[in-house]
Amino acid sequence: MASHAPAEANTFPKLLVHNAQARGHKPALRHKDLGIWQTWTWVQVLDEVRAFAVGLAEIGVKRDDKIAIIGANKPRLYWAMCAAQSLGAVPVPLYADSVAEEMAFVLEHAEVTVAVTENQEQVDKIISVSDRLPRLKHVIYDEPRGLRDYDHSRLTWIDDVQQKGREKLADPAALAQWEKSVADGRGGDLAIILYTSGTTGRPKGVMLTQDNVLISARNGNLFDDLGEDEEVIAYLPLAWVGDHIFSYAQSYVAGFCVNCPESGETVVEDRREVGTTYAFAPPRIYENLLTLTMVRMEDAGTLKRRMFHFFIGFARKWGEKILNKEKVPLHARLIYWLGEILVYGPLKNRYGLSRVRVGYTAGEAIGPEIFRFYRALGINLKQLYGQTEASVYITAQPDGEIYADTVGKPNIDVEVKIDDSGEVLFKSPGVFVGYYKDPEKTAEAKTPDGWVRTGDAGFFDARTGHLKIIDRAKDVGHLTDGTLFAPKYIENKLKFYPNIKEAVAYGDKRDYVAVMLNIDLVAVGSWAERNNVVYASYQELAGHPLVYAMIEKHVDEVNRSLVEEGAMAGAQIKRFLILHKELDADDGELTRTQKVRRGFIAERYQPLVTALYDGSTEADISTEVTFEDGRKGVIAARVKIRDMTPVPYQKAAMEKAA
Amino acid sequence: MRAPSQSDIAAGEVLLSVENVSLSFGGVRAIRDVSFDIRKGEIRAIIGPNGAGKTSMLNVINGFYTPQQGKITFKGATRNKMRPYDAARGGIARTFQNVALFRGMTALDNIMAGRTLRMHRGLFWQMLRFGPAMQEEVEHRRRAEEIIDFLHIEHIRKVQVGRLPYGLQKRVELARALAMEPELLLLDEPMAGMNLEEKEDMSRFILDVNQHYGTTIALIEHDMGVVMDLSDRVVVLDYGQKIADGTPDEVKSNQAVIDAYLGVAH
Repeated sequence: MASHAPAEANTFPKLLVHNAQARGHKPALRHKDLGIWQTWTWVQVLDEVRAFAVGLAEIGVKRDDKIAIIGANKPRLYWAMCAAQSLGAVPVPLYADSVAEEMAFVLEHAEVTVAVTENQEQVDKIISVSDRLPRLKHVIYDEPRGLRDYDHSRLTWIDDVQQKGREKLADPAALAQWEKSVADGRGGDLAIILYTSGTTGRPKGVMLTQDNVLISARNGNLFDDLGEDEEVIAYLPLAWVGDHIFSYAQSYVAGFCVNCPESGETVVEDRREVGTTYAFAPPRIYENLLTLTMVRMEDAGTLKRRMFHFFIGFARKWGEKILNKEKVPLHARLIYWLGEILVYGPLKNRYGLSRVRVGYTAGEAIGPEIFRFYRALGINLKQLYGQTEASVYITAQPDGEIYADTVGKPNIDVEVKIDDSGEVLFKSPGVFVGYYKDPEKTAEAKTPDGWVRTGDAGFFDARTGHLKIIDRAKDVGHLTDGTLFAPKYIENKLKFYPNIKEAVAYGDKRDYVAVMLNIDLVAVGSWAERNNVVYASYQELAGHPLVYAMIEKHVDEVNRSLVEEGAMAGAQIKRFLILHKELDADDGELTRTQKVRRGFIAERYQPLVTALYDGSTEADISTEVTFEDGRKGVIAARVKIRDMTPVPYQKAAMEKAA
Repeated sequence: MRAPSQSDIAAGEVLLSVENVSLSFGGVRAIRDVSFDIRKGEIRAIIGPNGAGKTSMLNVINGFYTPQQGKITFKGATRNKMRPYDAARGGIARTFQNVALFRGMTALDNIMAGRTLRMHRGLFWQMLRFGPAMQEEVEHRRRAEEIIDFLHIEHIRKVQVGRLPYGLQKRVELARALAMEPELLLLDEPMAGMNLEEKEDMSRFILDVNQHYGTTIALIEHDMGVVMDLSDRVVVLDYGQKIADGTPDEVKSNQAVIDAYLGVAH
């Protein structure tokens, strides 16, 4: 099935030309527009990209120019990347939900000359900071709506750019020139600069070459036997390396079809219609789906609810064994088969995961219970460990070797080692060239002999031979009594509860562990409705005594599970509070990929952290918030702090386990 | 189509004018001798304190109420009263203060209902769903989808309207009104009961409709910030009488308006 592109097709534009010849009439891209899936074959995509590229050249794009790509997953933004690459220019995708300030930094730092944007919203943001961007010569947009009355001296519609290109291409010399420009591309050319959201400090521009991206993508395809018949849905940010590999590079290498959803809110529905065979999502998406299912089931009729809980319980017991092709008694198979018809099948269909052969979760650790839930339904969900600096792939779980708490074995051509401090290092064909204009940071991350520091602490599990990641290397700490404290480990345990959306744990160099929590408005809101708890705002619900009581129960369960596991029994949660506002990337509390920025949060909520450790039972806090349009406001609140009764454990047992 | 500029409107052709209209319900005089006009391409706001007669005015314009006195001229034709279907055929669409949708139908079906007047085939053909009737249906569906895209409601296309949150219901109602491809769109408190973000979205949509489709819009709204930002001209009613008429700035500084809103010492 896997027919792979010849080795001389070592750049995206060359692969595009190759695909147009080898499988020209297979679908390359689909986009749902006005409720109907529009399809482009490889031949058509080549035509669009070529016209776009020549049009870009006409407005002055040259080799080594940096082209910003800003917007959601729209076909023409993907074409813009390939068009730029065919001219030797370098695309720089940006997170579409960044505020203007963040965009200005990247546009300035990357020395962007042309920005290809999705719509008025993005154009407005660029215009608002354009006085700081003297190099930016041109802005191109996809959706003309609302932009008619704008000054068009430096603003052009993609259609017009392509039209310019098509007119120019009528001349055979122009075509030959473009083809030469494609042929001039080398594997060692810079393919893309991806700015990492960065848990600390300003974003860094990771430079990846054509070889980095394409060899990694090829190895990824080989690892999971992905061929030209796969269907994927492109819905994750263009600026995220995962989207770049999964919905751009792997598609070009294998020749499979990428589907662009109608809008961000229709992804699940669109995925169902397309029937994706290869899926990827950060754990958060799986968590949300599960939370939503559980909430909906609470509201369902008694019969349905009972049926759901019975079969899910059954699947949790046998489903994974069946998926792993282990020996399973006949009666279990029969009941599972019945469950497939009544519950699992319809549920998978709802999720749009019926046809999935390979599903990945990556980006952060997934709660084991959540992971097992999907696998129990018969979905081949696997874990992957990757980084922008590695062109994604470091380790992945091979089929049939799936464990909830590991991230798998080194991928094809990847070497992994653990240094003395416990940090994970890797070497691979995907290793990045360096951070753009930042040799100092590059030197920090890359050792002279070519190893890259991941910044994560981990170890190889003796039993499975798989890599296990505990936490960020710099985050792993100790309580004052010497107990090991891995904040993310505790946070993940808490976040497994649908009612808890976010958790931030503190404990390094402190006497005990304390956490700040965010409730999940969907789950807790639905609970409130069912229990006649009246609330007017998130803040009020978060401070409600009954909510505190419920969360306290969850925290207690986490403490019990920590005690059961032994090694971390001393790192039980002693005190917790529920924050009055949701942690938000716009306020800098989460990264754009939704990871908590623990240090920043500690500074911002300093009075609360102090109160967690000085024994007070409540504390006042006022915080500045940023609205989506950039305006600022202040939220003030009095937050209660709850003490936990410690779960008793035997010191001896702990020491033995440690 | 091009969005009209400020000066176009000032010089603009009058799309609808109301002359000396009075309306009473028994002894209650809801509207007393009010005259104003709506020019092609503008956003015209009707404001006033509670009970000032704003909704009554809108009901007179689209023929729901029959005024006892006065004339209405729409697109050059003058009549003493407008009948609702005349209004609809003539190109007036509206949304309501309390959402008036078919709650059991999907958003898409509601929007398609808005296209009824534009369909030419009779019930018989439509039931057959065959040949020309099918073609027509497809064309109408395409227009409906354009509006869905325009208002960003793809994700609720197939959702029963009754299950939607209020802000989205309002948007579906606007979509249905737009499906009629109206020349004049009447919006009765389009932002009532919305939060700040929903209001901003709705304002954006109203401006876009005005700009993109060139639709003339008359709206009633209580949020003064919204009114001042959106509208080209404002007419102010109080106790059924017109007390001011002009650009937002003129109206803002008008003493009668300030008195009406803040009250005066007697």
